[in-house]
Amino acid sequence: MASKAIHAYYDDDDVLMLAVKRVKAAKHHIEEVYCPFPVHGLDKAMGLAPTRLAITAFLYGCVGLTVATVMMNFIMIEDWPQDIGGKPSFSYLENMPAFVPIMFELTVFFAAHLMVITFYMRSRLWPFKEAENPDVRTTDDHFLMEIDIHDNEKELKDLLLDTGAVEINIVEKNSH
Amino acid sequence: MYTFSNKLKIGSFILMALGILGIAIGFISAPSTVEEAKAIVASHSEGHGDAHGAVEPHGATATDSHGEAVETHGEAAEAHGGGHDSSHDQHLLHQLQNKPWAALYVAAFFFFMIALGVLAFYAIQRAAQAGWSPLLFRVMEGITSYLVPGGIIVFVILVMSVLHMNHLFVWMDADVVAHDHLLQGKAGYLNPTFFLVRAAIFLAGWIFYREYSRKLSLKQDESDDNSNFKLNFRWSAGFLVFYLVSESIMSWDWIMSVDPHWFSTLFGWYVFASMFVSGITVIAMVTVYLKSRGYLPDVNDSHIHDLAKFMFGISIFWTYLWFSQFMLIWYSNIPEEVTYYVTRIADYRLPFFGMIAMNFLFPVLLLMNSDFKRLNWFVILTGIVILGGHYMDIFNMIMPSTVGDQWFIGIPEIGAVLFFAGLFVFWVFRALTTAPLQPKRNPFIEESRHFHY
Repeated sequence: MASKAIHAYYDDDDVLMLAVKRVKAAKHHIEEVYCPFPVHGLDKAMGLAPTRLAITAFLYGCVGLTVATVMMNFIMIEDWPQDIGGKPSFSYLENMPAFVPIMFELTVFFAAHLMVITFYMRSRLWPFKEAENPDVRTTDDHFLMEIDIHDNEKELKDLLLDTGAVEINIVEKNSH
Repeated sequence: MYTFSNKLKIGSFILMALGILGIAIGFISAPSTVEEAKAIVASHSEGHGDAHGAVEPHGATATDSHGEAVETHGEAAEAHGGGHDSSHDQHLLHQLQNKPWAALYVAAFFFFMIALGVLAFYAIQRAAQAGWSPLLFRVMEGITSYLVPGGIIVFVILVMSVLHMNHLFVWMDADVVAHDHLLQGKAGYLNPTFFLVRAAIFLAGWIFYREYSRKLSLKQDESDDNSNFKLNFRWSAGFLVFYLVSESIMSWDWIMSVDPHWFSTLFGWYVFASMFVSGITVIAMVTVYLKSRGYLPDVNDSHIHDLAKFMFGISIFWTYLWFSQFMLIWYSNIPEEVTYYVTRIADYRLPFFGMIAMNFLFPVLLLMNSDFKRLNWFVILTGIVILGGHYMDIFNMIMPSTVGDQWFIGIPEIGAVLFFAGLFVFWVFRALTTAPLQPKRNPFIEESRHFHY
């Protein structure tokens, strides 16, 4: 089903922020905002739900800590115990201080890498992916706000022009 | 302007009075003869035996270890003749005589170090020209006002040590040095005169910067240009250089030298981390308190959030340094180094490991969630645990070398903490009444007011 959407262009992030707040105040649903860089506070202004990425980071960190513990326990205690620095011990707990750097590093490693991968998947980004930006200028110096039109083209146009949009286009949108 | 509420003032006086009582009891009950010292230890172990007499396995191990101790003593006595027993008793007497002094010193240093940590944080904010924090400058200045009484008290205790009124620092004892080759080698640096000169220079430098920066900060409110602000920036940057060197040397002098054979190259950083996180915690707690009384209307949750982030981050930084020091010494296992941890793990198991839980696990798990950092009561709760943990940290630094296995957190220790807590609260909140709580003409004050996360 093809529908129409309005694309409003801005050339300043402060103007964009004020525009987003006014459009929200006028009770219109903002489909998406495309920015060349992250705009601080835009997610709150658009009313997006808070990110859950931090929770996944914690869980991935726990996974990393577990992997490090199990791995070092297998390598250094079970499979091939060695006497290093006069500490021949067959107990993970007693040798634990030596493994803390590894436990720390793998916690960070797992949290960081898996969080980035999660972020890419959640943002539907992967290699050779076609860009979803409707306009290449949003990767340079323009901000683009997309609002679906439901028989209120004129009203939206007036509102957006009033908020300082530098260009307004009406586009046919194919639902994807 | 802030007015010191009567309740808080009376509370601080009560704390001080209780504290003096506790300190006095500690000094009065300290033994003055070997016989008294033996009686104290005997009564303790008797009480212990009675209490656990019913529990068979525990009683058995206690006797076992006791028996072993007697055995080794017997061997030692053989080797040294009869002299060893009496020197051991003498040692015990000194430890028990040190106990009230060590309790006083730990608490005096702990509260002094909070003020010093806040001073470092304040200087960093000034030197970085931070935009978020100017609303909190008056709170920080209020806390650093404690440097003067706190510094003087610590200095007086050090002078008393030099005058042999206590035996916190063994290297000050000429007899000990005469029989100790290592201490003779260090005498060029570790001698009473130079020790006090260094302490005086450091205290003078810190107090001078605090007073001068405060003066410029107040003058900036009344002036019509930013010259005071810029001058303050330069002095703060210069102070940080002085501070980092002097703080490090201070930690060797005042803390590391209670165990003069032992050394650690990152000890200065480690003590710094402890004072930094305690200081930031106190800034957050005082700010939350003042906000709850209706002051500091422009301070919002984002400021508290930022302070809590620092509490979280510096707690991890402290753990990193603590562990770096521990792991290298544990791994290399060199006798003169590893004694430090051997004594602590043998005699101080609970405070030593309890401190890591309080200073690391607790803040990491509680302050990880960003929403919790914005809950004021939550920050206070975590702050109390962090402060308790860092008191234990200083306790673990001083006690093992001064009182050995005779440590206990009893009336002298709690009394000293209460006294200095009362003095700290009284002095800090009295200082807060002397100037408006919100700087008027700081060039970043607008940014600070609109600070949001």
